[in-house]
Amino acid sequence: MTVDLRRSDLSALLGFAERQLYVYKRYWVWEVVWLFYSIVSVLSIGFLASGLDTIGAGGAGFDLHRAQLYLLIGALLWGYLSLVFMEAAYAIAWERWEGTIEYTFMAPVRRVTHLMGICLFAIGYGLARTFIVLLAAIAIFDIDFSHANIAGALFVLLASIAPLIGLAILTSVLPLLSPQKGEQMSFAVQGFMLLVSGVYYPLTVLPAPLQVAGAISPLTYALAGMRSSLLEGAGVGEQLPTAGLLLAMGIVLVPAGIAVFGWAERRAKRLGLLKRSG
Amino acid sequence: MRVPAIEIQGVRKAFRRREREAGAPWWRRGWKDKVALHELDLVVEQGGVTGILGPNGSGKSTLIRILGTLLTPDAGAARVFGWDVLTEALEVRRHVNRVSVEAAFFKELSPWENMVYAARLYGGAGNGTRRRVVEILIQLGLARDVIDQPMKQLSRGQQQKVAIARSFLTAPSLLLMDEPTTGLDPRSKKEVQSVLETLRAERHITVLLCTHDMDEAAALCERVLMMDGGHVLADGSPAELCRAHGGATLEDVFMRLTGKTLETEEEPVEVST
Repeated sequence: MTVDLRRSDLSALLGFAERQLYVYKRYWVWEVVWLFYSIVSVLSIGFLASGLDTIGAGGAGFDLHRAQLYLLIGALLWGYLSLVFMEAAYAIAWERWEGTIEYTFMAPVRRVTHLMGICLFAIGYGLARTFIVLLAAIAIFDIDFSHANIAGALFVLLASIAPLIGLAILTSVLPLLSPQKGEQMSFAVQGFMLLVSGVYYPLTVLPAPLQVAGAISPLTYALAGMRSSLLEGAGVGEQLPTAGLLLAMGIVLVPAGIAVFGWAERRAKRLGLLKRSG
Repeated sequence: MRVPAIEIQGVRKAFRRREREAGAPWWRRGWKDKVALHELDLVVEQGGVTGILGPNGSGKSTLIRILGTLLTPDAGAARVFGWDVLTEALEVRRHVNRVSVEAAFFKELSPWENMVYAARLYGGAGNGTRRRVVEILIQLGLARDVIDQPMKQLSRGQQQKVAIARSFLTAPSLLLMDEPTTGLDPRSKKEVQSVLETLRAERHITVLLCTHDMDEAAALCERVLMMDGGHVLADGSPAELCRAHGGATLEDVFMRLTGKTLETEEEPVEVST
């Protein structure tokens, strides 16, 4: 029985990933456009660092390479995170638009498997796309990785997957709560996280209430950990507290996300919100 | 004794929507309940085709969605092969599939890509899946080259056949068909009805067919329930209904029972959030 369940769960996980691959294959022009957009966004942020020096905003001790890497880490990681959030939010919104949402929700698949399938594919795809953008950034800018500890950075990146799945599931709840406004609400949530998570600046520049919001965002710790490995050379051992904190946040956020999604699904079924015209 | 395919006791469903009273300012809107199903009791034994006849807004699709675990009843209990649609939803879903009026597909993907997705969700994908998909599609009269074309390039009749083929692939014990021929041209309609006749003859499966096509119901269903306004008005075989209500056709029976034809109001609109 358990083996059967695992097999059916794996089959469904593969099904969601394979479906997304088919979709991307059909919409490959869109993907090329989005990739181009991601590359130019990241390059703009890199040139912003160069511009700070040129316009005299850098000051006497301005370290261009450090500023560039600091901002590029933020831009790359944010590009990756926002793609994962968007994919998770679209898991519901896009299926409703296609008219397949009821079919997917009628399938004998546990919701946790469904959500994990969507999130894991989004994370894999996000990482692959971010890697391409990173190569473009390396080709354009003279990025100095001589002080970087790549293993430490990858360790933090790996640990950040758990809370990221939790946040992505929570984001995907919004289109389920509101068929008409949920998608836009997920963009608003993303915007707020961009503001408070220290993507392009240290949290200390924020007003106190926003610093509190930033302190409970897992993205803050993922970014700080990545920066300390890539800029200061922090190794795996030094990253253990950050990784532990990220995993602890994941332990809270993943079940919380699944529970909130379950509540939203029951509400949608009570109010009849699954239907496309909802 | 075999467990009934469908067992419904006192199921009620209403949808809330915000409405503005005539003459009230635009911002003053109150919640109103639109009842889609009134305390419905129904038992459908295993096997055969049971038709649910009724106009738009009669509660047919609401009933189908409750049985498909897509809607929660406000009151009462619904069981499919003995499993409760609320507390044992996953078991219900393993045995049920649905073909709806709008073929629910990823339109950019091909029939093959849509069907392999379905097979994976139902745990039935393997080495022989493509061969099975081709066999089923050919059995339903679709050309072999259709399998790799995007769904959006197929006619509605072809899309409905793919929807039926997809349901065959997952081997459901209960097939919920929600107006599968609505909006099809006469030729496609005949083809889909012919598929249903084959299904009835060759597969041990229970079919619940919602339709507002009286001729279709008379031709395909052993038993027909007539619904209007969320109530079941009559229940029996087409011949029994005609005899009991003194009509030559099911259309006559429906008109005698309700005083109206099947071209009526819209389905209840769900709440906007």
